[in-house]
Amino acid sequence: MTVLQEFEKHPLAKYLRLERFPHIWCEGCGDGIILNCFVKALDDLGINMDKLVVVSGIGCIGRIAGYIKCDSFHTTHGRPIALATGIKLANPKLTIAVISGDGDLFAIGGNHFIHAARRNVDMTVICSNNFNYGMTGGQFGPTTPLDSYTTTTPYGNIEHPFNLVHLAAAAGAVYVARWTALHVKRLTESIKKALQKKGFKFIEVISPCPEIYGRRNKLGKAIDTMKRYRQICEIRHGYDPAKAEITIEKIIVGEFIDIEKPTYGELLQKQFLTIQKR
Amino acid sequence: MSKGRSMAPVVKRKKLAEVEWKVIEDFCKGCGFCIEFCPVDALEESEKLNAKGVHPPKLKSEDACIGCGLCERICPDFAVHLETKESGGERE
Repeated sequence: MTVLQEFEKHPLAKYLRLERFPHIWCEGCGDGIILNCFVKALDDLGINMDKLVVVSGIGCIGRIAGYIKCDSFHTTHGRPIALATGIKLANPKLTIAVISGDGDLFAIGGNHFIHAARRNVDMTVICSNNFNYGMTGGQFGPTTPLDSYTTTTPYGNIEHPFNLVHLAAAAGAVYVARWTALHVKRLTESIKKALQKKGFKFIEVISPCPEIYGRRNKLGKAIDTMKRYRQICEIRHGYDPAKAEITIEKIIVGEFIDIEKPTYGELLQKQFLTIQKR
Repeated sequence: MSKGRSMAPVVKRKKLAEVEWKVIEDFCKGCGFCIEFCPVDALEESEKLNAKGVHPPKLKSEDACIGCGLCERICPDFAVHLETKESGGERE
């Protein structure tokens, strides 16, 4: 039996483009786990794959759009949310998921993120946070922790990092959660919840980057990073995201925000109808 | 190393589902997540090498797996999965 024939028996194989596997991600990379959990969430919800659009930006995780068997876009750097907003407004019946990295969503695409959250455009944004630009060789980015080493901060990083969950909550997201690549079952449940909810939903997934970030900061192999998550993570649902900063001693994970708010699409539709009646 | 690990007692827990544990050996990149995070410590490194030059996981014993599905989720490479057991022959 060939590898591909074996893979066809995988319960999630029908959601994946099998000819592209095995994927390009490094040994122990959290991106594979995010793909796994996302596809499992689709399976559990029984989502119609013809009504799902996955948009990704540039970066290691950008490849995810090519692995899922649905209409998917691998867009230019930083623009997945802008493109997803357009798709949602053109065809409101579609379910939109944006899966991208921390550099793509918060450095190059930072403005798109805060304004889509402010408008409450109906989409699910999953951010794989590996604390650096892994694909281009490990430069520092807006999430790189203070004092950590990257290719472009050889003496330690002196810039304060973003607290992504706080940023999303302050910008107006209706659902904000943070998990690590270790919390696979909770992450899957979180993705399921987000996909069923209306509005701008944001899930941050802290992901090991053993070959680039981990190597420069002497974090060991991916399994060592995962063991560390097990030690330092604390689950606190409903915790104030402003206080949930990531530190070396503690990572607070959980669902921070879960509120209801009219979406941009709904308000737009309502305004159309009132103008037409005049 | 694998010999030492196999001597460790397997924690007895109730089976959650009747499943068959499967691995696509050539997909495994050897991250070791499934072995480390299995709640009943049912897995270990096998002695053979796969196409990528790593040791894929294997079950310690036939009935060690309780079918919780954590390894299937945590595998970044889609190498491990659980197959629902078909009830062999005996049908009512």
